Amino acid sequence: MSDASINASTIREDEAQFGDYFALLKPRVMSLVVFTALVGLVAAPVSVNPVIAFCAILFIAIGGGASGALNMWWDADIDRVMKRTKGRPIPAGKVTEGEALSLGMALSGLAVIMLALAANVFAGLFLAFTIFFYVVIYTMWLKRSTPHNIVIGGAAGAFPPVIGWIAATGSMTLEPWLMFALTFMWTPPHFWALALFMRSDYDDAGVPMLTVTHGRRATRVHILVYTVLLAILAVGTAFSGIGGPIYLAVALVMNALFLLGAWKILRRNEDDSEVDDFKAERSFFKLSLLYLFLHFGAILVEAVLKPYGLGGWS
Amino acid sequence: MSLRKEHEIHERRYSRNLGVGLTLAAFIVIVFGLTVAKVTSGGFEVPRAEVQN
Repeated sequence: MSDASINASTIREDEAQFGDYFALLKPRVMSLVVFTALVGLVAAPVSVNPVIAFCAILFIAIGGGASGALNMWWDADIDRVMKRTKGRPIPAGKVTEGEALSLGMALSGLAVIMLALAANVFAGLFLAFTIFFYVVIYTMWLKRSTPHNIVIGGAAGAFPPVIGWIAATGSMTLEPWLMFALTFMWTPPHFWALALFMRSDYDDAGVPMLTVTHGRRATRVHILVYTVLLAILAVGTAFSGIGGPIYLAVALVMNALFLLGAWKILRRNEDDSEVDDFKAERSFFKLSLLYLFLHFGAILVEAVLKPYGLGGWS
Repeated sequence: MSLRKEHEIHERRYSRNLGVGLTLAAFIVIVFGLTVAKVTSGGFEVPRAEVQN
């Protein structure tokens, strides 16, 4: 290519750097995918070659990132409206929607094929289904049509430990689905707390979050109901094949704190929240991040200690 | 055609091109490592029944 072929339309002063394309992959969500998929893979009762395990986690993460890019492509219109998402590469004018679509599609294909080659075809197909679920079922369909968007869409974020388990074993049992259920039940209270203190964002964008369709009082009630169900599930998991005394101790402490946080949110009204700038809602949101990390961390510790006769109940 | 830098777009796109280059290099290393791991752990072995046939 000569300089003569570089025309004015090719040159943009604020053109995207490598980091802008990387931001399309939602690195923070990817870190959650990496961690939960790793736990699923390590908790599986088989030994996996470390290189194959590394590749499996990497391609699951790339698949997660690809679905993030496709989500940003589809949601570019509402991302421009919401404060929380205005700085993303497309609304910021760094990356075009077409580029995000191309990157998302290319990485999806790459991740699925490479995971099938590195681990097994079942894992690859399950990753493809996860990408489809997140992009088509959640982003394109549910997100803008039902207040239960987060509940059902949360399944997409809950699949990585199942994929990690399948990558290791090539089959499915109850245990990976307990990890799935943990993330699935955790997602609604996590996002509803966010919706409570990011008040106008979802209203402005016309996304039918529970706070918009059923009101903020109903959202507070829903947070408590889901937290109670989550606590039963999380503590019950301690007595399964992936649980153990360490996990039980973590689950008891974290669920007590989480229930207390949800109870505080229920007892507050909008005036209380306005006065201290949603302090209880914000701290519940922060606690929810620690909650998931510690639960999966405890499952990981139990799995790592098992070969030494220390993990689990045996 | 010389490899001399002829346009400031090369400078502006340096970090982007470097990032893409390093990513591709990393991908080659990963695929190579994966192939070695698969071969040494018997991942590419033909099942015995097929060999006999």
